Amino acid sequence: MTHGWQTQLAQLVLVLVLAPLLSGVTRRIKSRLLRRRGPSVLQPYRDLLKLIRKEAVVADNASWLFRVVPYVIFATTWLAAALVPTFAAGLAFSAAADVIVIVALLGTARFFLALAGLDVGTSFGGIGSSREMMFASLAEPAMLMVVFTVALFAGSTQLSSISAHMTGPGVGLNISIALALVALIIVAIAENARIPVDNPATHLELTMVHEAMILEYSGRHLAVIEAAASLKLLLYVSLIACIFTPWGTTVAGGSVAAYAVGLAAYLLKLGAFGFALVVFETAIAKMRVFRVPEFLSVALMLGLLGAILLFISRVPN
Amino acid sequence: MTSLETDIAHLLAGSMVLVSFLLLYQDRRFALLNIFALHAWVLALSVAWQAFLQHAPHLFITALIALAFKGVFIPVALHRIVVRLGIHRSIDSVVSVGPTMLFGMALVALSIVVMLPVTEAAGAFVREDLAFALSIVLLGLLMMVTRRNAVSQVIGFMSLENGLVLAATGARGMPLVVEISVAFSVLIAFIVIGIFLFRIRERFDSVDVQALDMSRGESS
Repeated sequence: MTHGWQTQLAQLVLVLVLAPLLSGVTRRIKSRLLRRRGPSVLQPYRDLLKLIRKEAVVADNASWLFRVVPYVIFATTWLAAALVPTFAAGLAFSAAADVIVIVALLGTARFFLALAGLDVGTSFGGIGSSREMMFASLAEPAMLMVVFTVALFAGSTQLSSISAHMTGPGVGLNISIALALVALIIVAIAENARIPVDNPATHLELTMVHEAMILEYSGRHLAVIEAAASLKLLLYVSLIACIFTPWGTTVAGGSVAAYAVGLAAYLLKLGAFGFALVVFETAIAKMRVFRVPEFLSVALMLGLLGAILLFISRVPN
Repeated sequence: MTSLETDIAHLLAGSMVLVSFLLLYQDRRFALLNIFALHAWVLALSVAWQAFLQHAPHLFITALIALAFKGVFIPVALHRIVVRLGIHRSIDSVVSVGPTMLFGMALVALSIVVMLPVTEAAGAFVREDLAFALSIVLLGLLMMVTRRNAVSQVIGFMSLENGLVLAATGARGMPLVVEISVAFSVLIAFIVIGIFLFRIRERFDSVDVQALDMSRGESS
């Protein structure tokens, strides 16, 4: 039992420490691909430290909600990120929290962020919130369809059981799982405001979504929100790694060497997925805002198709 | 038949359904033609894999026919027709993409619900293949219904025929003669449709079949 708690604590710290590094690495690789030198991979840490030391300017007509929201977002996202088995299975919380809890936690964070965008009453915040909700109304069902497909396939909504099932025999090639993977990647791109949907590197575009909502934040509030955003990216990458490439993850109660292997495998997966994400982002142009629902409905459709095809390919033989 | 071999057959048949959805989704003409070619390539792969699994050499000929005619010849010919007709602009579909997709999903679900109980007696593998094939046929029909442009309707028709070939390979023992005659009838249908397209354009200055609604058969 103590093993589970130790792993869980290690995981809580690990995701918090690694999240800005992942953002830094993706930015760095992206700069190199664009033939720029780019900032150091440690730049996100420096940004966070700088923002924490700065004074937080709050609009006059902001309510208490505006001040509370950053911490709520950070707490829910951090918790959700800590629930995904990254380097080792057998987390202490995994008995109580499955994938659906993770989706719900992310939904809570999104709800509060949209409220905060509306709170101050600027037009940018309003636009951002309404767009975020428009995308969310498609992204969340798509995410849930992916979860259902994977859960039906593995016979469980527990992430550790799912990844155990995926490493086990009898998985083979399955069209439903392939569709679920593509759908989850689309959802991850949309949810993390990556390029075909939203540009993470700009504050000055009429088409921005995520940045529009947090435009009024400054100082430590902004630092906390930025940290939550990078945690969210880490969460989605870990989720994909945990479900679709579960190799190398340490089983509960392994030796120290096994944990080291698990950690190394996890870092390798993070690097590989981060690199793939950046290459994809560099190769593609940003979409018009009104094409994004079509993009997301593809994810919804793939998830649905995956779930339906599962019934064909799992006909009792 | 090991589970991996079945999985690959599934993967290919399922990819055909997916490519059918891509056909429904795509509204640019040349991209549509490329996806149609992809549809035929996946069909050829799927049929070839079936030939390998069932040890039926004549299915390799079917795969070859699908590859040569539908994977290469018809897309290239359609490409040239599109260029000659001068219609590179986007396709106007009657229903927008979202509802069409949902309708397509409903059709896939329908074909599964219909096919699985009906073919209770057949082997598990044939049932699944038939369910996939029926959904490809229905999606082809849906594409013909939702598109106004005659070229897109032709592609819908051809993808429907791909579904029929898939069904035929799943049901073992379709004679090669039938196979070849179906392939040639499709080719002839294609030629007739090609001539027809130019006739429509001559008469109405467009290949938008809505123009036909107004026609009462009187020569102008």
